[in-house]
Amino acid sequence: MSILTEILVAALLVTGGVFGLVGAWGLVRLPDMMTRLHGPTKAATLGVGSVLIASMLHFWLHHGILSWHELLITIFVFITSPITGLFIAKAHMHLSWQQGELPRPPSGVEWSTYGEGAENSPIVTVEGPEKPCE
Amino acid sequence: MSILNLALMFAFGCFALAQLLCLYRVMRAPGFSDRVLALDTMAINMIALLTLFGIQRGTQVYFEASMLFALVGFISTVAFAKFILRGDVVE
Repeated sequence: MSILTEILVAALLVTGGVFGLVGAWGLVRLPDMMTRLHGPTKAATLGVGSVLIASMLHFWLHHGILSWHELLITIFVFITSPITGLFIAKAHMHLSWQQGELPRPPSGVEWSTYGEGAENSPIVTVEGPEKPCE
Repeated sequence: MSILNLALMFAFGCFALAQLLCLYRVMRAPGFSDRVLALDTMAINMIALLTLFGIQRGTQVYFEASMLFALVGFISTVAFAKFILRGDVVE
């Protein structure tokens, strides 16, 4: 194993570790929920992505095995982490703000967080429309 | 000790510390969404830890485990958020 590939893999590992730690530190230290949502995305994309690419390069260059598992996990994490971020942000909107406190969406419709079915939420902070007695 | 082993130890330490910080945020948080976000981050960090363990051991059997962590972490986060939003996971 050549020293150059070893340094490459080690640099990717160190980058991943630093970004993972920075993401978790941001999760604890940032002041507001919407800014805290910003921290772990760095850990999810750059941190885990670097570690998985380092693993792929390590097995390819040092063991002679070309494996695609890591690329599969990287693509899966890259696809799903925006979706989880969006869902957590919507849940936070639902829990923290009344409907009138938010700016209006541009196209004349309502925010879907406060739309039909939102009054079924077990944790109600939203003034829903009056439901008829059944 | 080679450079690769040193970097592995460093990355292990970083991700373990990150797990502990997330665990603190799960235990003490101002709201529900913070706890859900911290659990999601714990699942993401667990993928990285399992991959590092696979590099250290020189085996590839841990990738299935990290794939499972990715799947279960995503589905549980979406289910938590759906429950907060609608009161029902599958409508």
